Amino acid sequence: MSTLVRIPQPLRKLTQNRAEVEISARTVGEALNQLEQEYPGLRDRICDESGEVRQFINVFLDGEDIRFLQGLGTPIADGSELSIIPAIAGGSQERER
Amino acid sequence: MSFSQQELQRYSRHLVLPEVGLEGQTRLRNASVLCVGAGGLGSPLLLYLAAAGVGRLGIVDFDAVDFSNLQRQILHSEGDLGHPKVDSAKRRLESINSDIEITTYPTRLTRENALDIISAYDIVADGTDNFATRYLVNDACVKLGKINIYGSIFRFEGQVSVFDASRGPCYRCLYPEPPPPGAVPSCAEGGVLGVLPGIVGSLQAAETIKVLLGRGEPLIGRLMLIDVLRSDFRFVKLRKNPKCPVCQLTPSEIELIDYDQFCGVGRGEESEGADLGLEVTVVEVNQLLKQSDRDVCLIDVREPEEYAICRIDGARLIPLGELPRRLEEIDSTSEILIHCHSGGRSLSATRFLRRLGYPRVRSVKGGIDAWSKEIDSGVPRY
Repeated sequence: MSTLVRIPQPLRKLTQNRAEVEISARTVGEALNQLEQEYPGLRDRICDESGEVRQFINVFLDGEDIRFLQGLGTPIADGSELSIIPAIAGGSQERER
Repeated sequence: MSFSQQELQRYSRHLVLPEVGLEGQTRLRNASVLCVGAGGLGSPLLLYLAAAGVGRLGIVDFDAVDFSNLQRQILHSEGDLGHPKVDSAKRRLESINSDIEITTYPTRLTRENALDIISAYDIVADGTDNFATRYLVNDACVKLGKINIYGSIFRFEGQVSVFDASRGPCYRCLYPEPPPPGAVPSCAEGGVLGVLPGIVGSLQAAETIKVLLGRGEPLIGRLMLIDVLRSDFRFVKLRKNPKCPVCQLTPSEIELIDYDQFCGVGRGEESEGADLGLEVTVVEVNQLLKQSDRDVCLIDVREPEEYAICRIDGARLIPLGELPRRLEEIDSTSEILIHCHSGGRSLSATRFLRRLGYPRVRSVKGGIDAWSKEIDSGVPRY
């Protein structure tokens, strides 16, 4: 069973610059654990200490927000796509950094 | 509904579209749009809205034009350097369409002025560069019942959506809380492909015009994701969060808060760094480096691309992301000074090393930028 995970630009440092990685998992939570095994540090960027997806990151399974499915327990079907979408703020001005 | 001969010619390519026509063009002429930010996103957005004949445009921007803007902020020119962005924006837009009215607000959008400014417009287009203003724009729009045309960019990726809380989710439904400061690099830190805001800002203009015309399917309840490096355009569904702290309230219940504090930016963080003795000034760094008897280790946590532009002699490059696995390169017995471009990443690195038990580690306040300004002007600024 294989799932395509799309890695957003800000997290690609942890995946050796890969924009897409393949994993095999039955649930979204399992997928994140597997990502952590292959790319240490990645899970911490997506989930908080209690294991929940951080408030400024969204995880979409086939275009649906997992918060409105079954969260980390959402089952993954074969051939699904998992997207990790973080908040980005960039736009116009350049403030003091 | 009457248009002059000149206007009929100007808008002829719109007028022959059944979806626009004279009626639609009249709608555009009677409409008003506030653009928050006259930079990367605001440039194409405002240029196209002015050209399209949107009758009244408002521009909020407190900033002045800088050399580093010209790579993507196509409203501004070399002759505008150092001048307020709202001035060059207004001049440029008037040169395209003198029939429209342009109001400028050379100020930051704050919780004190946001409701007054926004309430005078039909629609708001968000082209800001920071989370605090994005949450402010969102909350004020939800409170006032205004549609918020959202666009955001980072490096090669962009996001676009239309937040209309009366019909769909708001920005807070998507991102209930901002990331902690430093967790997401700014465009200044992470870089951005100059043409990317051109694409994202143009999409915002298209969404704005569609909403004003009441035509097509605006991006309400959908988030468009763009990756120009991979030529990838995708969509995900957004839903209204039944627990949204803002759009589930009635307008009178929505209160504008201290967004800098909410996003953990500004004075709070700086004074925290100073209070805990986490920071060191460039003047002190210069003195410490000159004392040959002192065992000082200067670490540069920027990226190799930045290191290639300029460096401080004697600094060892360990990009922030590599720090956890390169700790053996740091002598924990020496005095450790960490710098980056302007002090944000080095403060994160300093906190990280302090947590690991390194006692003598400090962050260089203002980074290599302050070093160029105050110590060695031979170090190029970027």
